[in-house]
Amino acid sequence: MIINHPILGPRDAQEFVYLGDAALIDRPDGLTAGNEAFHDYVYLRDNPAGVHRELWYHEQGDRSWLVVTRNTVTHEITGVELARDVARSRGRSK
Amino acid sequence: MRYSALRILKEALTGHKGWTPAWRDPEPQKAYDYIIVGGGGHGLATAYYLAKEFRQARIAVLEKGYLGGGNVGRNTTIIRSNYLLAGNEPFYEFSLKLWEGLEQDFNYNAMVSQRGIINLLHTDAARDAATRRGNAMMLHGADAELLNRDQVYAMYPWLNFDNARFPIKGALMQRRGGTVRHDAVAWGYARGADMRGVDLIQNCEVTGMRIENGRILGVETSRGFIGAKKVGVAVAGSSSKVMAYAGMRLPIESHVLQAFVSEGLKPLIDGVMTFGAGHFYVSQSDKGGLVFGGDIDGYNSYAQRGNLPVIEDVIEGGMALMPAIGRARLLRTWGGIMDMSMDGSPIIDKTPVDGLYFNGGWCYGGFKATPASGWCFAHLLAKDEPHKTATAYRFDRFLRGAMIDEKGQGASPNLH
Amino acid sequence: MSQTNRISGGQIDRSKSLRFTFDGVTYSGHAGDTLASALLANGVRLMGRSFKYHRPRGPISAGSEEPNALVELRSGARQEPNTRATVVELFDGLVAQSQNRWPSLSFDAMAINDRFNTFFTAGFYYKTFMWPAAFWEKVYEPIIRRAAGLGSLSRLEDPDDYDKGFLHCDLLVIGAGPSGLMAALTAGRAGLRVILADEDFRMGGRLNAETLGVGDQSGADWAAGVVAELASLPNVRMMPRTTVYGAFDHGIYGAVERVSDHLPVPMAGKPRQTAWRIYTKRAILAAGAIERPIPFENNDRPGIMLAGALRAYANRWGVAAGRRVAVFTNNDDGLRTATDLQVKGVDVVAVIDTRSGGPLLAGIRHLQGAEVIDSRGRLGLTEITVRSAKGAVETLRVEALGVSGGWNPNVSLTSHHRSRPIWRDDLAAFVPASDAPAGLIPVGAAMGDLSTHAALRGGAEAAAQVVADLGHGSARYDLPKAEDAPVAITPHWYVKSDKGRAWIDQQNDVTVKDVKLAHQENFTSVEHLKRYTTLGMATDQGKTGNVLGMAVMAELTGKSIPQTGTTIYRPPYTPVSLGALGGRSRGKDFKPFRLTPSHKWASEQGAIFVEVGMWLRTQWLPRKGETEWRQSVDREVLATRKSVGICDVTTLGKIDIQGTDAGAFLDRVYANTFSTLAVGKCRYGLMLREDGMVFDDGTTARMGPSEYVMTTTTANAVTVFRHLEYCRQCLWPDLDVQIISTTEAWAQYSVAGPNARKLLQKIVDQDISDAAFPYMGAGEITVGGLRARLFRISFSGELAYEIAVPTRYGDAMIRALVEAGREFDAVVYGTEALGVMRIEKGHVAGNALNGQSTALNMGLGKMVSRKKDAIGVLMSQRTELVREDGLRLVGVKPVNPAEPLKAGSHFLKTGAAATAEHDDGWLTSMVYSPHLGHHIALGYLKNGTARIGERMRAVNLLAGTDTEIEIVSPHFIDPEGERLRA
Repeated sequence: MIINHPILGPRDAQEFVYLGDAALIDRPDGLTAGNEAFHDYVYLRDNPAGVHRELWYHEQGDRSWLVVTRNTVTHEITGVELARDVARSRGRSK
Repeated sequence: MRYSALRILKEALTGHKGWTPAWRDPEPQKAYDYIIVGGGGHGLATAYYLAKEFRQARIAVLEKGYLGGGNVGRNTTIIRSNYLLAGNEPFYEFSLKLWEGLEQDFNYNAMVSQRGIINLLHTDAARDAATRRGNAMMLHGADAELLNRDQVYAMYPWLNFDNARFPIKGALMQRRGGTVRHDAVAWGYARGADMRGVDLIQNCEVTGMRIENGRILGVETSRGFIGAKKVGVAVAGSSSKVMAYAGMRLPIESHVLQAFVSEGLKPLIDGVMTFGAGHFYVSQSDKGGLVFGGDIDGYNSYAQRGNLPVIEDVIEGGMALMPAIGRARLLRTWGGIMDMSMDGSPIIDKTPVDGLYFNGGWCYGGFKATPASGWCFAHLLAKDEPHKTATAYRFDRFLRGAMIDEKGQGASPNLH
Repeated sequence: MSQTNRISGGQIDRSKSLRFTFDGVTYSGHAGDTLASALLANGVRLMGRSFKYHRPRGPISAGSEEPNALVELRSGARQEPNTRATVVELFDGLVAQSQNRWPSLSFDAMAINDRFNTFFTAGFYYKTFMWPAAFWEKVYEPIIRRAAGLGSLSRLEDPDDYDKGFLHCDLLVIGAGPSGLMAALTAGRAGLRVILADEDFRMGGRLNAETLGVGDQSGADWAAGVVAELASLPNVRMMPRTTVYGAFDHGIYGAVERVSDHLPVPMAGKPRQTAWRIYTKRAILAAGAIERPIPFENNDRPGIMLAGALRAYANRWGVAAGRRVAVFTNNDDGLRTATDLQVKGVDVVAVIDTRSGGPLLAGIRHLQGAEVIDSRGRLGLTEITVRSAKGAVETLRVEALGVSGGWNPNVSLTSHHRSRPIWRDDLAAFVPASDAPAGLIPVGAAMGDLSTHAALRGGAEAAAQVVADLGHGSARYDLPKAEDAPVAITPHWYVKSDKGRAWIDQQNDVTVKDVKLAHQENFTSVEHLKRYTTLGMATDQGKTGNVLGMAVMAELTGKSIPQTGTTIYRPPYTPVSLGALGGRSRGKDFKPFRLTPSHKWASEQGAIFVEVGMWLRTQWLPRKGETEWRQSVDREVLATRKSVGICDVTTLGKIDIQGTDAGAFLDRVYANTFSTLAVGKCRYGLMLREDGMVFDDGTTARMGPSEYVMTTTTANAVTVFRHLEYCRQCLWPDLDVQIISTTEAWAQYSVAGPNARKLLQKIVDQDISDAAFPYMGAGEITVGGLRARLFRISFSGELAYEIAVPTRYGDAMIRALVEAGREFDAVVYGTEALGVMRIEKGHVAGNALNGQSTALNMGLGKMVSRKKDAIGVLMSQRTELVREDGLRLVGVKPVNPAEPLKAGSHFLKTGAAATAEHDDGWLTSMVYSPHLGHHIALGYLKNGTARIGERMRAVNLLAGTDTEIEIVSPHFIDPEGERLRA
């Protein structure tokens, strides 16, 4: 597969390490959220057969974490964003 | 019809006119007591044991494609019970015992062949971990042996002993491990279930579930609504998709695992072997092909196909371990969808919906589990309580912190 | 021997004679021959045996679809089983043996199976061999396994090298027949970066095998002209002998180039083969079509081949497979074989045409509405039996029969993404569907355009479209004149027969009868048919047989072929050697070596090294007279505890963490607190995964107000860094914190023991007295004016420091330390001694840090701060993880000090049966403590902390040992830590 890195252009997916669903960005607050919320966050997945937003890390590259929008049935990639930007857009900051 | 050598002789002499269909192709009835969703190995085994061991009737298996078309038809055929953790080992040992009597039980030669499995060890730490594992196996009544380098050499002198990046220091062996002709397992269970009145309905895809007041009433299918008192889902690979019909999110991701077979070769490897310093395991089929595999590709996928990095990685491991195979050829690669669970272990459990039961999360260990999975799922369906060897396979183990994490990788499905 | 069946013409170089042997007999052929064409030229038709019945077989094809003519090529360590004689390029000195026969090819004892074929029907083995149960492994299966397989491996290491490479282009053209050449020419002239790959050693495809003209030239001459022009274009890369074997995601294709297979041995410095990954914006699939036979009774004898192959041997290689030939066809293309061979002077006895109408050949006996119903000839065809339209039966003496049942477009690569081809009635064949892999465009015969004109046009148009799509303007092309005959076929899937066997899959011996039996037993889906009968599972993957099998099944079920199913292919298109896919990653080069800065020095000292991940670390350093490893390790430990020892700890992960929020960041990634750490101090840190399990540990030092240096374990250096980047970018993107891995930047040595300070004080420029550099101190220092870092931390329990210098000074540093240590009798110790000392001190590592354990398990529960939100803290408190009776780290010693312990043994109470319900835990790691004079171990024991002092057993069932032990504190030496603070 080829991931079109927003900074570096097209790179072979072999340079990246995969983590999983980009929902992992939405980490609950450990002091206010309960066990159930953390359980759902850590363990449950939508796991769609179709469009999936997922985290890839450019380990053999610039160390960017990316959010890749990829179809899990066709493997077609329709979007690549810096995870930092996605995190900020989802309200994460400090 | 009972299969036997005598029967073959008789049919051979009479032009094979007497062979009857291995199973019927019935039209679905309006309702059943039990519907098993998924006509793969686990679903067929569940139906078989429900009918045979738990004396249940009015059972249907609904299969979206052809019987045995899931992972039972695309795995690398290995059986073993060399597990470490108490949540797993009794179950897999139960499974291995069922394998040992399976062919006589369902009157079908699935070529259960206990030619042994060795896990090669390359470091002292790996040997210590194997010692822990081997002892855990033996405490559970399974067989295990620790081999030293010379014992491995005596078995396979042509492995890379002299020029290895990670020298072979020994192996953990389970002699009762081996291989089984995978398709025949599906067919044997299918035939056995059909003979006991189970309706095996192919080309019947479940498209929804009818649930009222927290209770399942039946399933919507590509061939219409079919009612059921109890529905058991055994659709590994598609678990998330099917259970979403009941509004459930699962601790499972679907990943692609590739498998490989070489051209047919004269006998080279007797048993099963895993490389401890690379992602590679191998056995040789009765037809002569080297059947091998490695890691999953590592990204969520329902595509049933993978990519070159893993193909090359696996074969690099093979060449590092067995430099003599360079002149053999890769014949075919294929991919299956793995239900990768959050701790690498399966789930056989009730769900919050009354009458709806789930069996999945088998990662890439599902084939060897087929008999016990079927038996334990049938037990749960028939008696509403888990079989004693499957008590740990609960959904709530993640909430309680009772994970069964053989590899110690945590909630990263692609690392299990 | 003379080439009795060599006829005129062909694209071989008759001036170059090549000698070769097959089964020990020497023959000669010519440059340009394949092994199969050369053998046929010498009158050899018998080249192999089938898999199950060991039927005598000759080639049915002239290409890579060959199921029959498989040989073991070369000898010794280069022996290469299952090699298709039809694609082996002849070279001088070639040696080949037949395979899967005993004792010889012409007399094969295993052919007895054929006599008993009526028992060995499809799936017979599923119905028997079940009694008695133990007999399968002991009796039946060994017999089956001995008979299994085709060719054999030498079991010797493959002596040849293999390379891997990466290529990038705008357009990959797969196949260099008329459509591929035209496509490459059109795109190449328009300036695209083009790769043209063809599996054959001579480009031109069917043009080389036909007598059809292109423009005013012969097809072969036209092809040669185009090849020459393409070769002259700098933007076109020509890759003959290259099979594109797989279509992968996003325009990546796998290809294997047989660089040296046409030579006796690879040239010096050259690989045997190269596995390429080709990255292309578009690909044109011009892979042609593959002919299929018409099964009839005994249709598998040597001499019976595809009609297109029969004429290819005549036209391209100047070989008549027999002097008297016949043709059996259901389509017009088959007729070409008859006319071509007749022109060549071969005696064409008859054309048996299943069709009743259609064109009638002149000057050849053309039987319409007729069928071939049987054949004879034990080791090669001698006669065929023909039934005329009126039912008259006659036998014809022939040596070769060309059979054409029509052509299947070569859809292989289009289905690699699981796209299912679609049926076309007019062609009686499947063609690629439109959802083939993105960017892959099938053209020519592969798309069902079977005439030369249509192929040329298809290639040109597709290439022009690619040129336009990629923004290179509009491409111009001129189409040369060529034949444009329509496909004229009347499907005739097989010849019906009550008793006899008609082969569909020749290698696996799958006959029409087997398909009928599968149907009878309800194995009617295409996948069941395949798996039950093994149809299409041989080394040719059903290239000639799959569609026939489906057609027979369709007839039996009364469905159409597309209703019955479609056939798709998996990679690789043709089998690829494992050597090529392994490349250079073999032997010691399997993975790179990472060497520590002291490696050179240690090598000079005769150190024993051990693999730790990719690192090689010093395991111990034997001194003269030491013959057993324990002698060295014991000495290293005792010397360190007595005076001072030096150890290279560079492999530990090192991460610089800087920024105003660095402390806050560390508070979130560590279970304990770091923001409160004073500048110039270190602290042991415990890092959890989000699921609450211990992920890693190490010491982190605060070098300045917003500057920390973290260390990780060797094993987790990469994953911890990845995790920190994840936390930094995905979870808290606005924290002011930057990180960089400096593992390779610093050479780091531990200096431990009572004289550690004295030794180091000789080296460093600053005062490192206890007052100036207290326990857990950290700071920048200098060594002879050079920048260095010093940490007063200890893994051994002794007064100890770790000193880091830039890696390029690592070698000088070890030498300086050893020199400075001479007066203290300093030792350099390896990983074994390191392990002994850390277990003596009770530090978790290795198998105790297994990803399955919590801080509580490790006795470090108090380090988990509940006052802040850190990764994993909440989940570490789940009910099952905080059970009182959970596992706890304990120390273990044998009651009898003389008894050894073994890591991996399990804890059992005294008197308890060795069963799982009494399993109380296990020993994670064990060493011999020279300090204590007996074995010691660490282990995880249920409710262990409360059981210190208890006597129980360490049981190792694998070795049959059962050792009485005492549970003790995990801190075997200096539990109060007085040495550390000395």
